[in-house]
Amino acid sequence: MESHNDYILKISNLSVKLPNETILDNISFELKKGTTLAIVGPNGAGKTTLFRAFLNLVPYSGKIEWDNKVKIGYVPQRLSVSDIPISVREFLTFKSTSDLENSLSSVGLDNSILNKSLGVLSGGQLQRVLIAWAIIDKPNVLLFDEPTAGVDLDSEEAIYKMLNDLRKKNEITILLISHDVHIIINYSDYMLALNKCMTFFGESKEIMKPELQSVIYGEPVCVEHHR
Amino acid sequence: MISVADALTFSLLTGIFVGISAGYLGSLMVLEKMALVGDALSHVALPGLALGILYNFNPFLGAFAFLFVSAVIIWHLGRVTKLSYETLVAALFTLALAIGILIIPEPDLLEALFGNINNVSLLDTTIAVIISVTTMILVKTIYSKIVLGMISEELATSTGVNVARTNLLYLLLVSLVVAIGIKIVGTLLVGFLVVVPAAAAKNVSSNLLRYSVLSSVFGAVSSASGVLLSSFLNQPKAGPFVVLSGISIFLTVVIIKWASKF
Repeated sequence: MESHNDYILKISNLSVKLPNETILDNISFELKKGTTLAIVGPNGAGKTTLFRAFLNLVPYSGKIEWDNKVKIGYVPQRLSVSDIPISVREFLTFKSTSDLENSLSSVGLDNSILNKSLGVLSGGQLQRVLIAWAIIDKPNVLLFDEPTAGVDLDSEEAIYKMLNDLRKKNEITILLISHDVHIIINYSDYMLALNKCMTFFGESKEIMKPELQSVIYGEPVCVEHHR
Repeated sequence: MISVADALTFSLLTGIFVGISAGYLGSLMVLEKMALVGDALSHVALPGLALGILYNFNPFLGAFAFLFVSAVIIWHLGRVTKLSYETLVAALFTLALAIGILIIPEPDLLEALFGNINNVSLLDTTIAVIISVTTMILVKTIYSKIVLGMISEELATSTGVNVARTNLLYLLLVSLVVAIGIKIVGTLLVGFLVVVPAAAAKNVSSNLLRYSVLSSVFGAVSSASGVLLSSFLNQPKAGPFVVLSGISIFLTVVIIKWASKF
């Protein structure tokens, strides 16, 4: 039987509006602890803004209710690291001075990377370092804005698999923004499709049903979440 | 009246401390692509210096007041208009330079523009040492926050960093260091001390520790050798000599880096 405590996040009628533009309109859904939610949608659908609202970085209306014991680790989409002489060790130390080696080994990297400059890492290595950064202070929720951006196709699946393993091992809830519906479907429990409003929320497997293909390929139709 | 030997000692000490702190603060400015801000901000001090000379109060206070107010205006306009700091400083700097040159008494103009090592007193040196040490301690506490904000403002904000407040504090600290540097190098050239040592250090650094330490060392060496050279050649305007020393360090580093590729 489901209890109130099974949920880590409850969103009710969330909207983000600028004076002349609606960025997000009337989003409502609930997310169970220890699951992975993939957030998909075209460019400009409001995916990153949704994360920014979760983190209180933009003004919004509606309700965002996190579980009382929530601790969030966040990795944004764009980072400017190429022009800054900073080592992996220094970057990780900004957040925590202990557990550097453990965090790196959790993401499949060894200690030799600690003295390398962030700017010389490959796309895959950088993403892994960012994931290590996110988990270093042991959060129970991870927010990833396109964790496989700038990563080749082989590394992409490896990163999703690693996130899945991390979730199981550490009992964390993962919310991630992705463009790869066909890949992420295998590594997420739930999917939220956005196009300013919510066009789909449900189990990831459902989105591949023929009657729901319009969510991905057709004209968006806003839906309301029923509890 | 200060003896020549005392003036040299005071200038040298002031130069070394200003060089270290300007190099350290400049390492952030160069990363933030605000190099021109550091340079141009220094010119904003000129009207403040002029008022100090005209109305007989410590020109350092006038310079700092103008730098402080300018930094706050630039910070506020940057937040409101979303224009880059460089654009805002460029606009403010030309205005301040024009006003400064109009009101400063002509005999003092060259000294204000290029510094004078014969006029550095014990009080100037004490103020410079205290301010340099204080600003470096304060910058050390916000260094990682500023770098994190450069990597990603969202990342910094999500870890509890108030990016706007940190940037304001940083700009104010730069104003302080620029104000004390004017005595040695002059308003026209003090920005050099903020920019060039850091630019040289960035060429040969793969981590922040090495970068910030080298930047401070290059700043100190530029200043000290510039002051010594100016004293040796009996030319009290140390600014141009500090610039020459700094450029020599920069070129040496570039050549070493270039040669190491072969």
